[in-house]
Amino acid sequence: MRKQSLKKAAALAISVMCMAGVFTGCGNNKSNTSSGDNANTDAKLTGSITAAGSSALKPLVDDAADLFNEKHPDVNITIDAGGSGEGLKQVAEGTVNIGNSDVEAAEKLDASKASQLVDHKVCVVTMAPIVNKDVTAGGVKNLTKQQLTDIFTGKITNWKEVGGADESIVLITRPESSGTRATFKKYALGGATEASNKSMETDDSGVLLQNVKTTKGAIGYVALSYLTKDASVDTVSLDGVAPTLENTYSGKYPVWTYEHMYTKGTPNETTQKFLDYIMSDEYGKKMESLGYGVSSKMQVKEH
Amino acid sequence: MNSKKGMFAKEYLWRTIVTLCGLSVIVLTLVIGGFLVYKGSGTFFKFHHTIGEFLFSPDWAPIDNMEGGGSVGTLIFIVGSLSTCGLALLIATPFALGSAIFMTEIAPSFGEKFYRPVIQIFAGIPSVVYGWAGLTVLVPAIRNVFHRQVGHSILAAGLVLAIMIFPTITSVSADAIRSVPKDYRMGAYGMGSTRWQTIYKIVLPASASGIFSAIILGLARAFGEALAVAMVIGQTTALPTSIFSTTKSLTTEITAQMGNAMEGGETKTALWTLALLLFLISLLFIFLIHYFSRKKPETSGKHTKKAVKGGM
Repeated sequence: MRKQSLKKAAALAISVMCMAGVFTGCGNNKSNTSSGDNANTDAKLTGSITAAGSSALKPLVDDAADLFNEKHPDVNITIDAGGSGEGLKQVAEGTVNIGNSDVEAAEKLDASKASQLVDHKVCVVTMAPIVNKDVTAGGVKNLTKQQLTDIFTGKITNWKEVGGADESIVLITRPESSGTRATFKKYALGGATEASNKSMETDDSGVLLQNVKTTKGAIGYVALSYLTKDASVDTVSLDGVAPTLENTYSGKYPVWTYEHMYTKGTPNETTQKFLDYIMSDEYGKKMESLGYGVSSKMQVKEH
Repeated sequence: MNSKKGMFAKEYLWRTIVTLCGLSVIVLTLVIGGFLVYKGSGTFFKFHHTIGEFLFSPDWAPIDNMEGGGSVGTLIFIVGSLSTCGLALLIATPFALGSAIFMTEIAPSFGEKFYRPVIQIFAGIPSVVYGWAGLTVLVPAIRNVFHRQVGHSILAAGLVLAIMIFPTITSVSADAIRSVPKDYRMGAYGMGSTRWQTIYKIVLPASASGIFSAIILGLARAFGEALAVAMVIGQTTALPTSIFSTTKSLTTEITAQMGNAMEGGETKTALWTLALLLFLISLLFIFLIHYFSRKKPETSGKHTKKAVKGGM
C-alpha cells in the first residue's frame, strides 16, 4: 500500500516536471532570437533581425525582407504580427529589434519607455472610405467631412440624405483595437466616436472589403494597399479630394498616417541597413506599387 | 532478482506510463484553468471592475493601454451567445432526435450501415467550411428571402450552428436510445403497444438522461464555436432586437480583438476574463452532463463524481 502511494507521488512529480519543461522551453526560445548581431563586416552582412507589431504594416515589411534577403542572404529576418501595442511593448522590453506600429509610441507606452525608442517613419498609409458600387451608381461620389462623420456616428442613416438613392446605410468597420480604425477616427471623423452599436465589425481589412462588395448600401474604410488589386468597390472623395497617393503627398487628402518602425536606441548595423533599404528610393518604387506612400515624398510632414 | 525485473517490465513500467498520461491530462486541465484565472482576474483586481458590471452591463469599451479606465460590460456577448446557441438548439434538436429514433428504432440496419457513417462524416467537417458555406449561401439567401439589406444575423448564426451540432446530438442520443434494454421494448409490445407508443412512452423516457446529455454536448459545442459564427453574425456591439439583428458572441469578440490588443492592457485582460467565463460555462455544461447521467442506473454515482472532480 505504501509502495503504491509512493509510486503515485513519483508519477505525479515526473509529469509536473514534464509540463514545466514544456513551458520554460517556450520562454527560452523567445529571448534567444534577439541575439546574434554585431558580428558582421562591411563586405558581408550577417546576423538576425526580429520585428513584431502592426498587422497592417506586416505585408510591406515581409516584401521588403524578401528583397533584402536576395542581396544579403546571410541575414535572418523574422517578422511577427500581434498588433501595434504588442510590437511597441516588445521593442521597449528588448525582445525584438524592431517594433512595427500604426501609432506613435507615446499613445501606447508610458513616457519613460517611449522616450527610449527611436522612430523610423518608413512609409505613409492612406485610408480611403469605400462604398458598394450601387452607392456611387446612386450618385454619391463625394462626401464632406461633416457628412462622413454623421454617417459613421449614426446621425445620417439613409443615402438620400447625402444626395444618393433611397437606401439605408450599412456601416462596416474594424474592431476598437484596430490601427486602421484609430487613424480613420482621428483624421476623417475629427475624433468622433463611431456608432459601434450600428456597425458591423470585421476581423481584418480583407473581410471588410468583401462585405462592402456584397452588401448594398455599405460603407467602410481600408488602406489604399488593399485597393491596388481589387476594383470591385468604389472609393469616395472627401471634401472633393480623391483618396490617392498623389493627393496624400501634396497634403490635400487628410486621412493618412505614418507607419513607424521603432528601435530601442540606435539600431545595430544589420537592422540599420534593413531600415535604410526600406526607406531607399529603390524600394520606394516597389512600395508605391503596393499602395503605400513614400515618407520622403510628403510635402506636408505633419497633419 | 530476475523475476523481480521481469515483473517491473511486465507490470510497473507500463502502469507508470499510463498513470503519467492520465495525470498529465488532469494537470493540463488544472494548469489551463489556473492560467485563465490568473490572466482573467486582472479585470477585477488590476482594473477594479466589479463582477456585476462585467456580467450585466451592456457597455463594452475597454481601453487598450495599461491604465485602463474603460468599461467592460459583456452582457451583449452573453446575450449573443445564448440567443444563437438557443436558436441552434431549437432548430437542431427535433431533427436530431427524429433521426436518432429513425436510425435505431425504425430502420436499424439501414441506420447502422448507411445513416451512422453519414452522420460521422457530417461531424468531421471542419467549422471553417460550415462558416464559409454559411457566408456564401445562407447570408445571401436570408438577404433575398426576407428582403433584408444585410444577411448577417442571429438567424444565420443559429442555422449554421444548428447544422454543426446536429450530428453530435444525433449520434449521442442514438447511443442512449440503443442502450435501452430490449426487454423494455418486448414488455411494451407484450402489453399491446404499437411501435410509436413503445418509442414515445417507453424508449424515450428510459433514455431521457442520455438525450439530455446529448443536447448539452451539442450546446457546449455551439457555445465554443468561434470561426463559423464570426463569419455570419455580423459583429455589432449592440444587444439584438430580433433574429435579424447583428450582434456579437463571447467567442467572436475574443477572436476579433486578440490580434490587436496589447498584452497586459485593459482590453486584453478583459478578453482573458471572457475566456475564463467560457471556461466556467463549459465546466457548468460538464457538471450538468454528469448530473443527468448519474441518474442512469447503469453508471455508479461514485464513479461520476470522481470524473467531475478530475475535470475541474
